[in-house]
This record gives sequence, structure tokens and C-alpha cells, in this order.
Amino acid sequence: MMDDATVTTAPLLDVKGVSKGFPGVQALDDVRLDLRHGEVLALVGENGAGKSTLMKLLAGIYTPDAGTFRLNGRELTIEGPRHAQELGISIIHQEFNLMPDLTVAQNIFIGREHRAGGLFLDERALNRRAQDLFDRLGLALDPAEPVERLTVARQQMVEIAKALSFDAKVLIMDEPTAALNDAEVDVLFELIQRFRTPETGVIYISHRMEELARISDRISVLRDGRYIGTRVTAETEPKEIISLMVGREIVGEQRPPAATTTGDPVLSVSGLSTKHLLRDVSFDVHAGEILGFAGLMGAGRTEVARAIVGADRTEAGEIRLHGRPVKIANPAEAARHGIGYLSEDRKQLGVLLERSVRENIVLASLRDYVSGLGFVSGSRIEATGREYVDKLRIKTPSTAQLVKNLSGGNQQKVVIAKWLAKDCEVLIFDEPTRGIDVGAKEEIYALLRQLADQGKAIIMISSELPEVLRLSDRIAVMAEGRLTAVLDNAEATQENLMDYATRFTSEGTIAR
Amino acid sequence: MSPTTTQPSAPTPSTTAFAAVEAGAPRFAWLRGSLQQLLAFASLIVIVAVFSFASPHFFTANNLVSILTAATVTGILALGTTFVIITGGIDLSIGTGMVLCGVMAGVFLTYLGWPLWAGVAATILFGGLIGLINGVNVSVLGIPPFIATLGMMLIAAGLSLVISGTKPIYFNETPEFQSIMNLSIVPGIRFPLGVAIFIVMIVIAAVLLSKTIVGRYTFSIGSNEAATALSGVNVRRWKIIVYTLAGLFVGLAGVLSASRLSSAQPTGGMGLELEAIAAVVIGGTSLQGGKGSIIGTVIGALIMAVLTNGLRIISVPQEWQSVAVGIVILVAVYLDMLRRRRS
Repeated sequence: MMDDATVTTAPLLDVKGVSKGFPGVQALDDVRLDLRHGEVLALVGENGAGKSTLMKLLAGIYTPDAGTFRLNGRELTIEGPRHAQELGISIIHQEFNLMPDLTVAQNIFIGREHRAGGLFLDERALNRRAQDLFDRLGLALDPAEPVERLTVARQQMVEIAKALSFDAKVLIMDEPTAALNDAEVDVLFELIQRFRTPETGVIYISHRMEELARISDRISVLRDGRYIGTRVTAETEPKEIISLMVGREIVGEQRPPAATTTGDPVLSVSGLSTKHLLRDVSFDVHAGEILGFAGLMGAGRTEVARAIVGADRTEAGEIRLHGRPVKIANPAEAARHGIGYLSEDRKQLGVLLERSVRENIVLASLRDYVSGLGFVSGSRIEATGREYVDKLRIKTPSTAQLVKNLSGGNQQKVVIAKWLAKDCEVLIFDEPTRGIDVGAKEEIYALLRQLADQGKAIIMISSELPEVLRLSDRIAVMAEGRLTAVLDNAEATQENLMDYATRFTSEGTIAR
Repeated sequence: MSPTTTQPSAPTPSTTAFAAVEAGAPRFAWLRGSLQQLLAFASLIVIVAVFSFASPHFFTANNLVSILTAATVTGILALGTTFVIITGGIDLSIGTGMVLCGVMAGVFLTYLGWPLWAGVAATILFGGLIGLINGVNVSVLGIPPFIATLGMMLIAAGLSLVISGTKPIYFNETPEFQSIMNLSIVPGIRFPLGVAIFIVMIVIAAVLLSKTIVGRYTFSIGSNEAATALSGVNVRRWKIIVYTLAGLFVGLAGVLSASRLSSAQPTGGMGLELEAIAAVVIGGTSLQGGKGSIIGTVIGALIMAVLTNGLRIISVPQEWQSVAVGIVILVAVYLDMLRRRRS
């Protein structure tokens, strides 16, 4: 936490009155932000609040329409990405900006190569300089290793090393933990702590409240392109921040009513095993219930879903629908049996970004819209599209809008609509709220509950324990490809879920 | 790839994760990286062995030299286009561009009567000009490489006919022009100067690609163009440079092919670009960009030349030779994809 002495001097980075408009949108309107020396300032806001626009202004990718940036009291004009780095502002984007085919050292010093004379490169000097940098930062990276061979966490280390190689004063990180597991998050936080000195500061963008509490000193909130306010982390709580973000109070942590599910299961899985991971996974899902799947990354939750819908091959196991055994060889057959899988990778596997909302909605059930002559009925597609846009309250100007222009939450609703249009009775949601902002999450939660109430059997895989607890009637916990527990919501707590999630793991692949 | 594997499993992850990398960590990167080349090279050896076994006329000094001679022009085109393909682009204009360069050699040397050195230099630079225009079209105007160079392919094919009046141009003023390709430089066997030039160009291209800033940015752009630009590299300029470089190789190939025939033939060239691209692809360079090597391209060009030559020697009808090359391309690329999928 900052002491008063440093507060009186000029802030490390001072953003004042910054505005930026794009045709049709005022992305930022008179935004201010001050980053003090030595602090980690969290920047939060829903998708579309203006965080990434602000980042891109600081990165020199955009130029502001109005406003000033001051670094240590000196006003500056940021001319481009390279200039920003030279000024001491380094940004780690959410999508990594690495060249997978180049080595670690080549990536870090791209554009700043060592020349041995003329056109020739001095690879050895490059590797030596990278190694010096890693020694200084305490990073275990091999300068000569191609980046494509590194895990996501290590790639991020390369990004950080690259940012710090510029002698960064201000480090901006956009959702840096999105792809990391808990142990990797610990490493990242330790790196941040190392970077933080009286001369430097970090702007940390994240959706994850529990992280902000751990890493940040203060939290600034943006909403709809405007600056809303800043709170000292130690003196606030997630509820307050969330209400600042969404502009209204959110009733958090409510749990579903005690399970009302009775009768025979819709889907029963028994003895499911795959070659590499799954071992003897058995469970039932009933109509009208949400079965949550908790577990650490790599525990096999997504693999269970993929095995059920036939996306991956199984070695053993039986799947029954209403008691009758079914063989499902691929996702198309699964859909025919009324099982829809909503992938965690929405953009790659869930929607066709370049196609319209209505086309996406009828995609899985397109056969129903083909007339006797083989023509696709546009008017019926439009009718179905409109029906689900209204029903799920998908925010889009029309059903002809391209899905890529929708927000994450609305894209997710389009995927849900697709499977509803297919009339699925079993819906498997894999990380349904990933990359979706807080307000839209609430809507997705409500939608899932509503679907269950209508009699759908729902499996929901989530890495966020509060989400699992909040939404699931029952919770299945996985560890290392095995099911370690199936609990009723009433008996589940974050602590015992985490306990079951680490049950079968061999020594410490997780750091809890 | 499981993300957990990077984080050592100690209860205090920080101490191990932050530990400096141990000295002498095994580095098999070079081995795995060159697997496709090894594979291609092994295929080349096998093909050579099979033909040697099948015919006594195959593995002779003269025939091996004629294989190299046959590989020279396509090979030089393939060298230049390797750079373009590694950036994630493509150059379809190299075949007809080469023909146009040959015609321009005729214009410079025969119509304008320039001295040999000036005519040759101007021809190579003319190839560079074609590449420069391609580069500008791709990186400044933003035309997709396939379309930009398709347009240039047709323009070059047409201009060759227009400029030459659809007739071959003979190098009557500079009879020594034909020796650029054909001069025998090794006493005893017929080892043409053109092959020596090919070998020199291989070395130059390999050094450019692996040891210089040109090669580094070639790979970097192909690997992630947006990230390269964000890192402050002037991607536009370097793409123009890469296409221009490919054009210079086209100019040289134009000189050599005209020299070989002692005349500039204004027709043909169509399809040669695909042969060159095939050589590049067989050599393990990815059409997605970011991956590739000069040695791979050379092996690819040799495989194509050996196949054509060997099939002719064992009297396989010419119609079937193209079928065989097509199959080789499919097999080579499929094997490469298998390898990538596994890793």
C-alpha cells in the first residue's frame, strides 16, 4: 500500500480527460486514471466498458481525440507501439503477440536484433542477452527454444520478459490469468511482485474478483466508456466493485433451491474411460436439474463431455438415454439423440463468427428448414431466429447481424439458441460464462436455470467454484480423469470441492 | 500439452519455477526442426537408389549432371519463392515472370545492343522490378498475395508476347550469352556453368534465410504478422523486400533459361510456378508460413528433377511422369501433416 510521501509527488502515469470515438461509438469519454509509483492498479469494467480502447491508446495503436498522458509529470505523445515501449510503457495483450516459429530470444528482441555487421545477425549475443534478462528476472526459460513448444504459461513468461526487456516503467496486463492454472497464477503474481519497485507500476485488467483482492492496491472502474471511480482494494469488497461495474447491486451467492429432481435419469453414463485420461466415470443427469462439473484444469471435465457426444473415442463405457443404451459415434449423432455440447472455445467451435445470428441459430437443425425441392426456407429461418432472439433476449439489431459483432454474452446466447432450436433435452455447457462480462453472466445463469425448469437436463462444466456452487443442483468433482465425488449442493462448499478436486492427484500438480 | 507440466510439482512452486535453467538442457530443437528435411532427403536417396537399381544409365556422372541442369531453373525460382511462402504469401507470377525476363534479356542484348554484363544485370533487375510491384500490391494496396501475383502472372504472360511480337528473340549480337548456362567448367565431364550458379545461389539464399535480418523477419512475418508489426518491425517494407528478392531470383532464372535455349521464347512459363511451389512444399516449407528452409527446397527441387529424369530413363511414358510428381506432392505433404499433428 502507498504511503503518503509518494502520493504527494506526481503519479507515475496520469491519464486525464481522454476521449476516443469510433464511427457510431464513443468508446472513451473523458476518462481519467492515475497509476502511482509502486502500485498494482486493477482496471475493471464490463466488456465494452473501454478498457481495451484505453490500453490501445497507451500502446500507441490508437491516437486519442482528446486528453493527455503524463509519465512522471511529463506530458507525452505516444506515436506507435514501438514508441510506447521505448517510453517505458509495455503491454501484455490478452492474445499473445508472439511468433511461435521463432525462438524465445528471437521473440524478445524482434525488431532489436543484434547485428554482427551489415545484414548479418549475431544469434549468440542475442541468446546471451536473453539469458542475462532471465537470470535477472529469475525466469527458467531457454533462449534458444522455439516458442511454439512452450506451454501457455511459459509463453506468457516470454511476453513478460519481452515487456520488461524494454526497461518498462508501466506494465499493463490484459486478463493475464485467463489461460493459467492456479500454480501458474502464483508464479505470475510473484513475477508482478518482483517487477513492482518504487519506480514502476502495474495496470492489471481482470474479471476475476478474487485475484484483484490478492494482487491489487487499488481498483479503478470503467463503465460505458466513462470513469466511474477508484477504490482502495483493502477497503472495498467484490460486491461494491461489481455494482460499480454494472451500475446496480447484484444479489450474489444465492444458491438454487434444494433439488426437486426425481424419477429416472435422462442421461446415464457408466464406466466411461478413454485411452489417455478418463477412468471409469459414471453419473446420471435428471430432467430439470443442473449437474455442475468442478475440477482443476486438465482433470478431464471437457473430455467427459467430448466423449459423451462422440467427439473423442472411448475405450469403455456405456451411455443410456432414458434407460436405453445408445451408441454415439460423433457430435452429429449426439445432436440427433438430443444431446447438445456447447464448447468452452466458443469462437472456434461454437459459432460461425462471419455468419448471421439466424443462420447460426438454425445451423444444427438446418434440415428442418429444407423444403421438398431442396431449397432452404429463408422466411422460416427468420421466424425461428426472431423467436429465439426474443426468447433469450439476444441483443442484436436484427437476426441478420453477423455474430462477430455481438458481445461475448450474446454470442453465447446464440449458441444456446442453436441447441434449443434443435430441441435438445440434454445440454452440456462447457465454461458457459468464459470471457463474458459480469452483467451478462447473470443473464446466462438465469437462462440456465430457466432451461432446467423447463425440463432440460443440464451439465455445466465450470472452473469457477462460486459459479458451480451458485448454479448446480448437484456437483460432480473430477480429478485426474476420475470422478471423485458427486455432492448435493447443500453439502458442497468451496473447501470440500477443492478437497475432492485434489483427491487423486499425485503429488502437488496444484498449489493449494 | 498439459499446462500443469510446466509447473514443477513442489509445494512451493515459486522456487522451482523461478530457478535458473539448468546448464546443458537437452536441445533437440534442431533435430525435430529438420525432420522433414531428413525425411525428404531420405526419400531422395530412396528414389535415387531405386532408379539406379532399375537402370544402369541412371547413376552416371553425365546423367546426374543433367538432373542438376534440369533442376537449375525451377530450383532458382523455388529458392526465391521459399522466402515469399515463409512469410505466408505465395508468388504465382514467377513462371511467366521468368519468361518475360528472358524476353527483356533479348530486348536489352539484341534490340538495344547492350553489352552482355549490362543486359544480364538489367534483366535480373527487371525481375526485381516485377517482384517490387508484387510486393507493393500485396503490402501497400493490401491485395491478397494469391490474387496480386495471379494478376502479375497474366500481365507478364501477355507482355512477353506483346514485347516480342510473339516471336522468339535470338541472341545474335551476343553469342556468348548462351554460355552463361551452358559453358562447361569442369574438364572431362559436361558440368555447365549454370549449375555452378545454381549452387552459389543456394548458398546465398541459405545464408540470407538463416543468418540475416532478412531471414529473421521473413520467418517472423510468416509466424505472426500482427505481432511482428506490433513489435515495431516495418512489416510492409520487409514484405516488399521479400517479394523483390524473389523477383531477382526470377530475373536470374530468366537469364539462365534463355541462355540455355540460346533464345528468348515468349510463350510458356505457365505452370512452372506450380512446379517451383511444389518443390518448396515437398521440402517441408509450410504454406501457412513461418516454417521452411532452403535446404528443404533444394531437396524438393531435386526430387522432382530425379523423378522426371528417372522415369524417362526407365521408359515410363511422359504422361505418367506428371502423375508420379502429383502423388509425390500429396505423400510429402501428408507425411508432413502427420508429423505436425503428432508434435
